[in-house]
Amino acid sequence: MNMLSKISAFHLDILKEIGNIGAGHATTALSSLLGSSIDMKVPDVNIVHFDQVTERFGGEEALIATVFLRIEGDAPGSMFFVLTVEQASKLLTKITGKAIDLKKPPYDEMAISAFQEVGNILTGSYLSSLADFTKLNLQPTVPAVGIDMAGALIHYGLIQISKESDYAVVIDTVFLESNAVSSLLQGQVLLLPDPASFQTIFSALGVPLDE
Amino acid sequence: MNKTVQMIKVGLAEIKTARPPQLLRTSGLGSCVGVVVYSERLHIAAMAHVMLPNSHLAREKDFREGKYADTAVQSLYDLLSHHDSFGKFKAKIAGGAQMFQFQSNNELMRIGKRNVIAVKEHLHKYKIELVAEDVGGSIGRTIEFNPETFVLSVRKVNAEMLEI
Repeated sequence: MNMLSKISAFHLDILKEIGNIGAGHATTALSSLLGSSIDMKVPDVNIVHFDQVTERFGGEEALIATVFLRIEGDAPGSMFFVLTVEQASKLLTKITGKAIDLKKPPYDEMAISAFQEVGNILTGSYLSSLADFTKLNLQPTVPAVGIDMAGALIHYGLIQISKESDYAVVIDTVFLESNAVSSLLQGQVLLLPDPASFQTIFSALGVPLDE
Repeated sequence: MNKTVQMIKVGLAEIKTARPPQLLRTSGLGSCVGVVVYSERLHIAAMAHVMLPNSHLAREKDFREGKYADTAVQSLYDLLSHHDSFGKFKAKIAGGAQMFQFQSNNELMRIGKRNVIAVKEHLHKYKIELVAEDVGGSIGRTIEFNPETFVLSVRKVNAEMLEI
């Protein structure tokens, strides 16, 4: 039987709490990195059909900038830090002190490596707090940067899942700069656990899925 | 003659057929491969959005045939044979990129290339002639096929529209 069909509202709430803990730590890390106050919204946890995963970014053809990594270890999955190219350009202009425009290549090398590092810090602190909370061994791969159509990039994180299902559990947290008048910076972290990881995560927390 | 163009969207792992004035479209192909098989004689085409190279990888019982290269090509062939049993079919493909460059032992990282190889292998098996392709690289693609003209348009970010 399909693993996802066993996930109850109760389990979705637990995943929301996992998102909360992970993103809470990531927010602190991002705030100190940027030297400004960053807030997060309550994570959104949904079971989403593949064709709808990119809707939150404006559809399959929307241009996004993302940092992607795989989680290896006890509970494998995929993780993305996603911004619109406009937001990513603003973020990197702020960090590098140079005018950065990611709308057209060639991209500034320093900006790309800075972006990779921001993604690294953000997802790293998210994952390490998750590992602490669940006592699971979760190792991130070295993150990779992609700037292209949302479909082309995000669907990559669905490939592992697609062997088992046409649906993914998406744990989605929005980050935004809190003190800016017109919120200057906004990004999202997506956590997409592989289907087999749910039983591991829920068992580690003492609330296994029904067999 | 006034024909209204009707766009048929092919989602992930889906297969759809079309005849003029319909167009087939699938968007945001990364490592996935868009496969079009068509009959020139009848102006009928079918498109699949392939995600993985082989249905042996499936850990699910019921899956959409378009998801895997082997089952997708077989269904495309069956669909067209149903309309044109003596037909010689042609194919055009696009996609199969490697969107992220990084070191990992995970075989999935080369999935785009493997998808393209598998699609070609199965087209060959069904004696479907591959007449055009735009594959590989590290760029996303949106494709549109017109069964009237047999032109496959390939759109990429920051690049000219390509017609193959």
